[in-house]
Amino acid sequence: MRILKWTLLLMAAVLLWGLIYWNLAAFGRWFTYSLLNMPQGGHLSSAVEFFVFETPKVLMLLVLVVFGVGIIRSFFTPERTRKILSGKSETVGNILAALLGVVTPFCSCSAVPLFVGFVTAGVPLGVTFSFLISAPMVNEIALVMLFGMFGWKVAGLYMGVGLLIAIVSGWILGRLHMEKHIEPWVFDARMGEAVQEDAINWEGRIRYGLDAVRDIVSKVWIYVILGIAVGAGIHGYVPQDFLASFMGKGAWWSVPAAVLLGVPMYSNAAGIIPIVKALLEKGAALGTVLAFMMAVIGLSLPEAIILRNILKPKLVFTFFGIVAAGIIIIGYLFNILL
Amino acid sequence: MRKIQILGSGCSKCKALAQNADTAAKELGLEYTLEKVTDIKEIMKFGVMATPALVIDGQVKTAGKLLNMQEIKGMLKL
Repeated sequence: MRILKWTLLLMAAVLLWGLIYWNLAAFGRWFTYSLLNMPQGGHLSSAVEFFVFETPKVLMLLVLVVFGVGIIRSFFTPERTRKILSGKSETVGNILAALLGVVTPFCSCSAVPLFVGFVTAGVPLGVTFSFLISAPMVNEIALVMLFGMFGWKVAGLYMGVGLLIAIVSGWILGRLHMEKHIEPWVFDARMGEAVQEDAINWEGRIRYGLDAVRDIVSKVWIYVILGIAVGAGIHGYVPQDFLASFMGKGAWWSVPAAVLLGVPMYSNAAGIIPIVKALLEKGAALGTVLAFMMAVIGLSLPEAIILRNILKPKLVFTFFGIVAAGIIIIGYLFNILL
Repeated sequence: MRKIQILGSGCSKCKALAQNADTAAKELGLEYTLEKVTDIKEIMKFGVMATPALVIDGQVKTAGKLLNMQEIKGMLKL
């Protein structure tokens, strides 16, 4: 009976969600041009329409996907991922680690315990890095935002490229044999026995999904709104092709500049993507913009500082250097190919 | 005397978990000590791979999860 109740509730929720979602564009137009009675084609009205349409759209997509991914994640605990990865050979391990990075629950504040947990359990260093690169960069928030604003092609491209960078960078880091650049205490860390996993049923998984929604949406909604507001401003006021001269394909230095600019910046995908969309509209090249975005959410100064606890400076620099180089190459590739 | 430990290097979730645990124990009227373990080397000794983690009487109860008061009360009652 409980299962039936949950299923019915879930179906009703999804139906209602769809009904509202498909009418948002009409609502945006109605709100801007009828309710506020603004003139068609003006700067301000174009910015207002962008904001009124995109904000609920992105928030609704976020709720749906975070819930779905929450359910998926209830199947993958860090302990289980570690069990899968320990004892895998390096190349296969790199690929698996990058893929598991997408679905294993991860927060950059847990990067250190996770790293130590993996390495002491015999997961190779390069494989651990593949996981650490993919987990923050290829995440459900980035994918849902990209899907919502650019469609499935760009979202898929981003996911593929993010995984590629994680796999290749991790593999290279493994080849460099930098184990001696890990702080020695890591290897002395006597890991106590892991947490016992509770058996979890479907009701528990749905609760886990709802918890994830509450947790993530309460944290990122403000960034979504700010990001869309900035995006709306650019959308309405910056002239078309304004950015083409210095963020377009012609400017060769724009890709490394975008990465250098992105690393010290720390934002989550929710805030950065509306800005990315507005930049693209004004003539910035896709490769440049994607490179900027990956640098902002994949590499961050706070993460470097956290990792410094367990890695000696040389390894921190090598790690950031290789990933940054990978992002730059991808940026150029997109600008040349597309 | 119950011993409650919160493992975490000071992220906002860790602080919230410590707060919830404190309130939960108070409301149950327990005699308890609450300790925040922030040193990463000490945290690793508990074998957790995600923070914040809740440890009651030396036993890791959860890791990587911000529990609410009701959930913590349930664990403290046992």
